[in-house]
Amino acid sequence: MKIHIKNGRLIDPKNGIDAQQDVFIAAGKIVAVGSAPNGFSANRMIDASSMIVCPGLVDLSARLREPGFEYMATLESEMVAAIAGGVTSLACPPDTDPPLDEPGLVEMLKFRARNLHQAHVYPVGALTQALKGERLTEMAELVDAGCVAFSQADAPISDNNVLLCGLQYAATFGFTVWLRAQDATLARNGVAHDGQVATRLGLPAIPVCAETTALATFLLLARETGAKIHICRLSSAEGVDMVRQAKRLGIPVTCDIAVHHAHLSEMDIGYFDPNCHLTPPLRSGRDRDALRLALADGTVDAICSDHTPIDEDVKQLPFAEAESGATGLELLLPLTLKWAEESNIPLPAALAKITSDAARILNIDAGHLSAGSAADICVFDPERCWKVEPAALKSQGKNTPYLGLELKGKVKQTLVEGLIVYEAK
Amino acid sequence: MPGKSLPDAEQLLQALTDKMRPEVGPETGLIGIHTGGVWIAERLHRDLKLKVPLGTLDVSFYRDDYEKIGLHRDVKTSSVPFEVEGRHLILVDDVLYTGRTIRAAMNELFDYGRAASIRLAALVDRGGRELPVAAQFAGATIAAAPNQTIELRRDSNGRLELVMREN
Amino acid sequence: MWLNPSNPQLNKNGELHHLLTLEGLPEAILWQILDTAKSFVGVTQREVKKVPLLRGKAVFNLFFEPSTRTRTTFEIAAKRLSADVINLAINQSSQSKGESVLDTVANLAAMQADMFIVRHAASGAPHLISRHVAPEIHIINAGDGRHAHPTQGLLDMFTIRHYKQDFSSLRVAIIGDILHSRVARSQIHALTTLGCPEIRVIGPKTLLPSHVEKLGVHVYHDMRNGLKDVDVVMMLRLQSERMQGALLPSAQEFYKYYGLTEDKLALARPDAIVLHPGPMNRGVEIDSSVADGGQSVILPQVTFGIGIRMAVMSILAGN
Repeated sequence: MKIHIKNGRLIDPKNGIDAQQDVFIAAGKIVAVGSAPNGFSANRMIDASSMIVCPGLVDLSARLREPGFEYMATLESEMVAAIAGGVTSLACPPDTDPPLDEPGLVEMLKFRARNLHQAHVYPVGALTQALKGERLTEMAELVDAGCVAFSQADAPISDNNVLLCGLQYAATFGFTVWLRAQDATLARNGVAHDGQVATRLGLPAIPVCAETTALATFLLLARETGAKIHICRLSSAEGVDMVRQAKRLGIPVTCDIAVHHAHLSEMDIGYFDPNCHLTPPLRSGRDRDALRLALADGTVDAICSDHTPIDEDVKQLPFAEAESGATGLELLLPLTLKWAEESNIPLPAALAKITSDAARILNIDAGHLSAGSAADICVFDPERCWKVEPAALKSQGKNTPYLGLELKGKVKQTLVEGLIVYEAK
Repeated sequence: MPGKSLPDAEQLLQALTDKMRPEVGPETGLIGIHTGGVWIAERLHRDLKLKVPLGTLDVSFYRDDYEKIGLHRDVKTSSVPFEVEGRHLILVDDVLYTGRTIRAAMNELFDYGRAASIRLAALVDRGGRELPVAAQFAGATIAAAPNQTIELRRDSNGRLELVMREN
Repeated sequence: MWLNPSNPQLNKNGELHHLLTLEGLPEAILWQILDTAKSFVGVTQREVKKVPLLRGKAVFNLFFEPSTRTRTTFEIAAKRLSADVINLAINQSSQSKGESVLDTVANLAAMQADMFIVRHAASGAPHLISRHVAPEIHIINAGDGRHAHPTQGLLDMFTIRHYKQDFSSLRVAIIGDILHSRVARSQIHALTTLGCPEIRVIGPKTLLPSHVEKLGVHVYHDMRNGLKDVDVVMMLRLQSERMQGALLPSAQEFYKYYGLTEDKLALARPDAIVLHPGPMNRGVEIDSSVADGGQSVILPQVTFGIGIRMAVMSILAGN
């Protein structure tokens, strides 16, 4: 299969390209960018006039709900959502049931995903067995099975010695540990930012210090052990400042935010909208603005969807009882574009956060359009508006704060390894 | 004002007072229905020199149009400061029309006790009854069309006046 | 903020359709409820304490959290309006069987309910239910989590108005566990809307929500300063599970520093009144001599509560 994508605006942040250039694909790889190689004749021509052609998106966190939560979503449904959202590589957190703490589970997941021939799935292995925060997993074995990093997902490690050992052990092999900064005791029972909205609505609160105290521990232990850490889902201005300083000090840390947190604040909870029950909680407008600035100045390396499809039965509950999280794979691109437009961020810089920067954190060869690399490509219409409603979402989870709203930016084609795996009608 | 002119309310009230004087005794209980009925009842109570304190009713809680129009915004408190049980009562309203207000007032009165008798006094009987209700004492009978509303007003000096509006 | 839904309590004519919280309710509606309640208090003082307004209506008491007192006052109020009252204590077992709040409500709505009185341990549950019931059904929040207890707030306002006539020159203190109190939140919103110029909250830092001052109140930690020259003293109930642990060391210490005793009450104005939403912990948040003393209006509060609930139900059912 030879494909010629023509007339599109090519944005390849890693290679510093933002120009009208054609892309030529053969045998699953990009064979040329710009002018056609000698003797190239395409079986398929994609006219990308007024479209943007960019690397397939790389999402640092998408819950596929397998194994264990198939009633909420399945690998099949969520992989379709991924490609419909232009995502060609995704990392999935280990909080499945059972958690991804054994090589067999990881191999099975990789195998099932590969057979679907859609997005590439990169499992993040459990740092501790059953995510209990007590015994380390067989990290090296898990990496052999396909894990790209280790994390506790949202489960806490209350024993700092276990964390210290986990970091030391990971550093031994050069593995990265992904950590969510939230002190479980300070966040106990909390469901919303400890701010004026939680006070008004009487919602149990999670203070910013739940994030910062945990973060301080992580940063100090990273410095102590030299382990590479990646902080998942920062939420506060103070947290961002700490990471900024840590980077200045040379501590090997990267971080991401969930795309919702670049836009929403505690105010959006409105009258107890359970779709705004997220982890970490939506914080104040000031925090949201700090996250946006930190994205722009590079303190925050990447944006992820934090895709969490949730069944209506456990979402349409009183706010505190509703399961937290939002569907995100299909909103990652439009919401990133929205941030870029509102914050006057050039498109290449914005797209880097969901392509090349995310790939760098995953340490995978993806997120760029260099000749010779796998043809994972997203073609999207940056001006096309669409309404977020259940029927418009491929994901089985229809839970999003954006339900009923219009967003701009729609994926036209998604290519994985040179095959058109998704094409909008 | 369109249509025929209305009689003077003060004269009607005088006539009503005269009609009632021979029919009331020292133990008769007088009860005005808010708002116009209370104005009339206050004057009757004074001029008839009744000993039993004046009662007032706001029948909002008993009206049969609640389903249609909801609760009236300005509900007054009912006050029946005497024993109803076994007493001869006279209900007082300003304008007697469909009879539904009187029905509601009698329902409410029965919640206070079983009166020996209830009679009705109205300043104006305008006809148009929808229930079997009749006034024993009426200041005047005025035929009014369904699209007309007869209203009692009271000015700052306490002077009463009847006005007619066309809907 | 991109999402600004219209007030879910009002219908398109701006009339009260559900009573979920006092926050954001127009002042005129609060006065309407208070005025109407006055007439109903008149009814409750008669021989026959019943009026036929809600005859034929079905009022469901839907209590996901047990509360005999509140449920009873709603039941009395509904019966005095001649409604049919159905009491449902939704115990944890039917919830744990997997039936969601919304399933429960859908089932009951199919039984031709006209009104749901909802008590739930989670803040916002009545809002959730109101979004999912048929438009002709009315919801009254009878207390949700820490969020709101609007009829309690209204009966407190009724009580204050009864004794003080007017809110425009009052100094009011709310004392105790503000953090966990839905009553305090409703009181604060109502007092603010009705024009009370000075609202104080008094309690230790562990029992005050962060940003409480954004609700328009003055914060005091020392009860003796906070009570100085106040006209109204509103005590809150301290839940027993909070009396020892990280929030408070002991009930004794709480009583010593935040319990309302005669000598502390003497710092308030001599004609100050004392309110408590009940049930009281005597010797924890309030001394018996104060609870039963001449300045206490705790029992009248209960009587007024029936009138308030009758007023709310009849206004809702009529809109």
